[in-house]
Amino acid sequence: METPDSIQLEAVKRSKGLEWLMTVDHKRLGVMYICSGLFFFVVAGIMASLIRIQLAVPQNDFLPPDTFNRMFTMHGTSMVFLVGMPIIAGMANFLVPLMVGTRDMALPRLNAFGFWIFLFGGCLLYYSYIGGPGLYGAGSAPDVGWFAYAPLTSKAFSRGHTVDYWALSLILTGIGSLATAANIIVTVFCLRCKGMTMFRLPLFVWMMLVTAFLMVLALPPLSAAQIMLLLDRFLGAGFFDTQEGGSAVIWQHFFWIFGHPEVYILIMPGFAVASEVIPVFSRKPIFGYPVMVAASIMITFISLGVWAHHMFTVGMTSVANVFFATSTLLIAIPTGIKIFNWLGTMWGGKIRFATPMLFCMGFLFQFLASGLTGVMLAIVPFDWQLSDSYFVVAHFHYVLVGGLLFTIFAAIYYWYPKVTGRMLSEKIGKMHFWIFVLGFNMTFGVQHILGILGMPRRIYTYDTDRGWDLWNMISSIGVIFQGIAILLFIYNILSSLRKGKEAGPDPWDAWTLEWATSSPPPSYNFAKLPEVKSRRPLWDEKHPDDPDWRHE
Amino acid sequence: MSNSNTATAESQQEWKLPSAPKVGMICLIVMETALFTIFVVAYLYYIGKSLNGPFPKDLLEAPIIASICLLSSSGTVIMAERAFKRKDKAKFRLFWGITWLLGATFIALTAVEWKGLLENGLAIDTNLFGSTYYPLVGLHATHVIIGLFLLALIFILSITNHLPFEHVIPMEMISWYWHFVDAIWIVVFTVVYIIGVY
Ligand code: HEM
Ligand SMILES: [Cu+2]
Repeated sequence: METPDSIQLEAVKRSKGLEWLMTVDHKRLGVMYICSGLFFFVVAGIMASLIRIQLAVPQNDFLPPDTFNRMFTMHGTSMVFLVGMPIIAGMANFLVPLMVGTRDMALPRLNAFGFWIFLFGGCLLYYSYIGGPGLYGAGSAPDVGWFAYAPLTSKAFSRGHTVDYWALSLILTGIGSLATAANIIVTVFCLRCKGMTMFRLPLFVWMMLVTAFLMVLALPPLSAAQIMLLLDRFLGAGFFDTQEGGSAVIWQHFFWIFGHPEVYILIMPGFAVASEVIPVFSRKPIFGYPVMVAASIMITFISLGVWAHHMFTVGMTSVANVFFATSTLLIAIPTGIKIFNWLGTMWGGKIRFATPMLFCMGFLFQFLASGLTGVMLAIVPFDWQLSDSYFVVAHFHYVLVGGLLFTIFAAIYYWYPKVTGRMLSEKIGKMHFWIFVLGFNMTFGVQHILGILGMPRRIYTYDTDRGWDLWNMISSIGVIFQGIAILLFIYNILSSLRKGKEAGPDPWDAWTLEWATSSPPPSYNFAKLPEVKSRRPLWDEKHPDDPDWRHE
Repeated sequence: MSNSNTATAESQQEWKLPSAPKVGMICLIVMETALFTIFVVAYLYYIGKSLNGPFPKDLLEAPIIASICLLSSSGTVIMAERAFKRKDKAKFRLFWGITWLLGATFIALTAVEWKGLLENGLAIDTNLFGSTYYPLVGLHATHVIIGLFLLALIFILSITNHLPFEHVIPMEMISWYWHFVDAIWIVVFTVVYIIGVY
């Protein structure tokens, strides 16, 4: 435009906004997913802080008890479904087409549909804050825990519609996730660029593919259970109604048939990020690529058969206990293999301690800790002691925060230049890392001790004579550090958008195809679709004298 | 990507990938199977656990005719598919239409069955039998109805000449879906009318 008058500019701006709303571009949808995820992350983080304030000192009454129940329910539900899942979907959306060398996801319209239905589901969940008991009484939300055990969710114990909102919104976000999963699978199988055989896929793509399979298998059972719950609540069916001969335990089975694979749906993308970042910052190709692929597939299969380790205290038969304990312990093998492979990649490498690498190294330590407590919890008598205690809370926060969130941070520091064309500040990034590591381990590390000292999870408050005071105080103080770190992070993201160093197409000197195009990539990704001959196409291009494919 | 003199035998080979609609359809079918599995498991688990009547053996009669209709429609849809690939429009429309009619008959017979059950005092909130029967059979019936819509869509496209013979994929995908719905019926039939009654 040569002489743009202000009106025209205004129109252009507005249509830019509209363009985002109507977009079917995988990169924009990816960014929208991640931004919504980060938004819900802040909201759910605020609720977590409120929980920790309530628990900081004994006999506190900072929150009313029923509000407390709502806080931990909404915190857990949001973190899993509105933070973890969309950020994973966002990363996959942005990166998978670039990494396999194609122009978009296979089903772009379905992709956009998935995003919007997820966002609608998320809003619906939060709408329950105003759509309270009865109709439209303010100030309520689901208060039944993220696993919504029967019979708490029956009409008798949960009046009003909060549980209905919970079920409906998760069915909707589930449909969104299924759309993403199908899209990933079809894209990976059907749109790879020339030469990109399955065994040349970046490990990130492999693990997202495996995650997508888990979603396809594990999410429909949750929807089925929630449909049954809604039938119970609206039409008087008796699936989970013990008065009618229904079973509360079968809800637990159905929930965990979904719930356990879900935890792997959440951690596998963390593995995916680590598998890209660690080699690049160690200046070595990943150690044991085929083993990594095999381990991911093994994890997928085994994780479908271990759900009842969440139910040892229900009182199953000892045959069932032995079966589920054994299968759970088996899953530690492929998981352990992966850890060794990452270490093997770093071994002897020229490590660059940039922020993405720091977060991945933090991930290695913390995920190892959570794996070890996981193995402990899989020992049935041990679990009988510590189930539903703060030990379990510590275990899964080490996985979900120490594992998934740390790698999400790593991913954002690593790929932010690709998305925006600018670098994040390394200085703030390192501050973010160290303060967050400190706060995180303070908050959740001592929760192992609290659990062993017998503090049950989800209690509203406690007496002074239990020996829990000091640990709870430390745990709550850790939240302050985490909060500061998150504020630094948000500041970094926003300020670098304008002021960040120009990144150029390949700021980390990396090897996968997303770095072959400009930053940010044009809407068609690649002017000419690439053709690859090895697992590290950019290496080949940069080192024509010694390309990888000569050695494959 | 690299210089041209490194062109290996590989880059001359043809680069073949699976077809996207087919892989997508397989995904959908796997999801649906996972969904049905939970309903089937719930049905199996609750067999014989109703606290009060009516019980399955008081009311349920195996829907033989409906089943024959639905299962034979899998055959007619294959015939239609073959006709389409032979570019035989008339035969395609004939068999596709018969498929639709067979499916519609199935739904009509299900409606009659449900009416009878309701008249005999079995509703979803009567007992566990009602609670599990209607959702499972209803979920399947819903899938048949969706299938009927899709079949009708293709039929209309064909008679208005909007379905050229090169567009074999949409027709093929809908027939895959239809086979899936039939296969599920075999499971539902076995669970509800055989295992559940005896
Ligand atoms: C290394 C292998 C792992 C083992 C052996 C393991 C084992 C266990 C066991 C036995 C429990 C049940 C504790 C109880 O409720 O009494 C549990 C709970 C849990 N685990 Fe793991 N786990 C492992 C990895 C993971 C991963 C990778 C994640 C998530 C990404 C995860 C997330 C959770 C969650 C969220 C819970 C608690 C659920 C709840 O009660 O709300 N675990 N784990
Ligand atoms: Cu588990």
